[in-house]
Amino acid sequence: MTAPLLSISGLTKAYPGVVANDNVSFDIGESEVHALLGENGAGKSTLVKMIYGLVKPDSGTMTWKGQPFTPAEPKAARAAGVAMVFQHFSLFDALKVSENVALGMEDPPPMGDLARRIRKVSETYGLPLDPNRTVGDLSAGERQRVEIIRCLLQDPKLLIMDEPTSVLTPQEVDILFKTLNKLKEEGTSILYISHKLEEIRALCDHATILRLGKNVGECVPAETSARDMAEMMVGDTLQTPTRTTEKTGEVVLDVSGLSLEPATPFGTKLKNIHFTVRAGEILGIGGVAGNGQDELLAALSGETLTWKDAVKVNGKEVANLGPNARRRMGILAAPEERLGHAAAPDMSLTENALLTGAIREKLTGKGFVNWSGTTAFAEKIIKDFDVRTPGPHVAARALSGGNLQKFVIGREVLQRPEVLIVNQPTWGVDAAAAAAIRQALLDLAANGAAIVVISQDLDELMEISDRFGALNEGRLSDIRPAAGLTIDEIGLMMGGAHGMEVAQVGEDA
Amino acid sequence: MDLSAINPVLLIASLMVAATPLLLAAIGELVVEKAGVLNLGVEGMMIVGAISGFAISVETGSPFLGLIAAIIGGALLSLLFAFLTQFALANQVASGLALTLFGLGLSALMGQSYVGIKPPAMAKLDLPVISDIPVIGPILFSHDPVLYIGIALCAAVWAFLKFSRGGLVLRAVGESHDAAHALGYNVIRVRILAIMFGGACAGLGGAYISLIRVPQWTEGMTAGIGWIALALVVFASWKPWRVLLGAYLFGGINVLQLNLQAAGIAIPVEYLAMSPYLITILVLVIMSADKSRAPASLGRTFHASQ
Repeated sequence: MTAPLLSISGLTKAYPGVVANDNVSFDIGESEVHALLGENGAGKSTLVKMIYGLVKPDSGTMTWKGQPFTPAEPKAARAAGVAMVFQHFSLFDALKVSENVALGMEDPPPMGDLARRIRKVSETYGLPLDPNRTVGDLSAGERQRVEIIRCLLQDPKLLIMDEPTSVLTPQEVDILFKTLNKLKEEGTSILYISHKLEEIRALCDHATILRLGKNVGECVPAETSARDMAEMMVGDTLQTPTRTTEKTGEVVLDVSGLSLEPATPFGTKLKNIHFTVRAGEILGIGGVAGNGQDELLAALSGETLTWKDAVKVNGKEVANLGPNARRRMGILAAPEERLGHAAAPDMSLTENALLTGAIREKLTGKGFVNWSGTTAFAEKIIKDFDVRTPGPHVAARALSGGNLQKFVIGREVLQRPEVLIVNQPTWGVDAAAAAAIRQALLDLAANGAAIVVISQDLDELMEISDRFGALNEGRLSDIRPAAGLTIDEIGLMMGGAHGMEVAQVGEDA
Repeated sequence: MDLSAINPVLLIASLMVAATPLLLAAIGELVVEKAGVLNLGVEGMMIVGAISGFAISVETGSPFLGLIAAIIGGALLSLLFAFLTQFALANQVASGLALTLFGLGLSALMGQSYVGIKPPAMAKLDLPVISDIPVIGPILFSHDPVLYIGIALCAAVWAFLKFSRGGLVLRAVGESHDAAHALGYNVIRVRILAIMFGGACAGLGGAYISLIRVPQWTEGMTAGIGWIALALVVFASWKPWRVLLGAYLFGGINVLQLNLQAAGIAIPVEYLAMSPYLITILVLVIMSADKSRAPASLGRTFHASQ
């Protein structure tokens, strides 16, 4: 093997109270796809920010083509040939594609030339994109193309990709992998960050595994099983959720003809949605983010009111009732956004427990709050769902994402719902906590609740749901039994690859 | 009642004068808000500009030096806001309100010995032949230079935001400061420059009132123009040409209603006095019914914590 392109040795970065990276070392060779693997909070993002010049390391050295490499700011890193596609897209919704690309370049050509170059690169790499469209109107896959093309126009030597596939349909993932393989053939190295093991096995030449900021191992993904890599990542054996019963009962939740105008300008309109969920059943709803998931949750939880017969529970029309009236009937929901939607960030866990639990747990009476009962309820959630926190007096903001997620899911599950709707129940949660949350949902269904799980994690939906449907531009596909669905079928239900290969998708359908 | 006493040529010429302070303050605030900062201190910066300009031009005898002083005065006061919001990470709404109150008090203190004095007059544009053309001459070619600067500034801001790289970076910072930071742009620097530009424009607008339009110094003489400028930016959907239109509409109806009052029309004075505010806002509300919206990061505090 020739000299590495980028060599990292002993990199350490500490933030107040936490060591994000502790003495991390690895090499990336020329034309190598190198995976950086780890749970949330393992320090992957901090590490790549140091390579990209956004964060300065406390100690340790980086070597770029044999020379010391200390980028003071992203400009310096870009000049050396490092380009980065961000996890949370660093795009500007109100600006055009070409303007977004220009902002990521050191010395952009005039807009006309730039538009031509965007078209050329997008054709070369099979990533169709119109430079004159406004980014706010694009799908998640198209937004990612904007980021990738922005990087490619700078002719990078090293392309850093932070969790690139978390927002893509399976077909879009295929297209992305083709592009990345073409880049690799042309001599570009890729640092690929993910916790999706099958992808890493398919794509990467080499993997470095991080846990709690430390480098805990290296492997060749193609020769290592996904389970072994997962256990290196978690540092423990993984427990797969298990189902106890297969019985389902009467129809509990009946949604028919649900249509809804979006509440925000970039929202999605729900179009004539029909489905039913029986007692003891979990319905999984997949789809790429922004296809109506938030609107569907709002319509089911009561945040948005619609015609009263659009949603029925046990035969009663509830669609014109608000969240509290629905909670009284046992219809509970946990939205996706933890801080600000599911929980009030600056309020304590006790207060947050009260916010949705007041009615079913009878925590208020005659206009007064029963604080001792509320604290007991919060403590029960913390204990039953293994929320790691000093106590119920702690502000929601102070909890890590996974712990707060366990808290907000536990808060609803412990109220013994008859119908539970959750959106992204394990988003940004580490594997062990995700398994615990999924197990809680399965147990709840086994006790006779009807559950709707909206998620973008297909593996999760296949693992826990009995039946599966997908949202695409506000429409719900046909609902099909989850067992036996192939990835290709799911991809087609999700609406294929958003304007790419439309003809081919059309023929298959 | 004698409507024939109203001379349309003079009316148009004087509406342009009446609109200029509002135009200057609003175009400055538009740039500030495009960078994602909400500075409610426009009124305070205007009044400080008004007294700075007035005092310096009285002391030096030069209206030109007075205008420069007003620009510097407004920008200096805005630096206080910039320090509070960009370094001390204070709330922008509270800081802006405080800035207005502080500016009103400071200007009253500075202006104590200038009440009742007449400032040196600003020369008006007087081109031979052209300024003497009937109708067009008085309307277009016989104003003071600042009025033309106001219109030129509006065009310059429009072109800067639409065509230049600097304008693109400024809009990007106002749209998503986190994304701009991730791409390596200095969010704080862009915002401080925008805030200072806003302060300079507000100061110049204030001095226009005390040196050219009125011209004398009285306490609180900006009389809410700064607040109108803030509303105008919103109702103009953050578009420079609409700001110009709104400013001229406001100035025009203001001058017209004064003329109507003088002509003794049979509408209560109170209704006439409120008409410029009502009509300007009504027209701009109707125009802003398209999909344009505020810069997404407007009023949000930025801190490069991760």
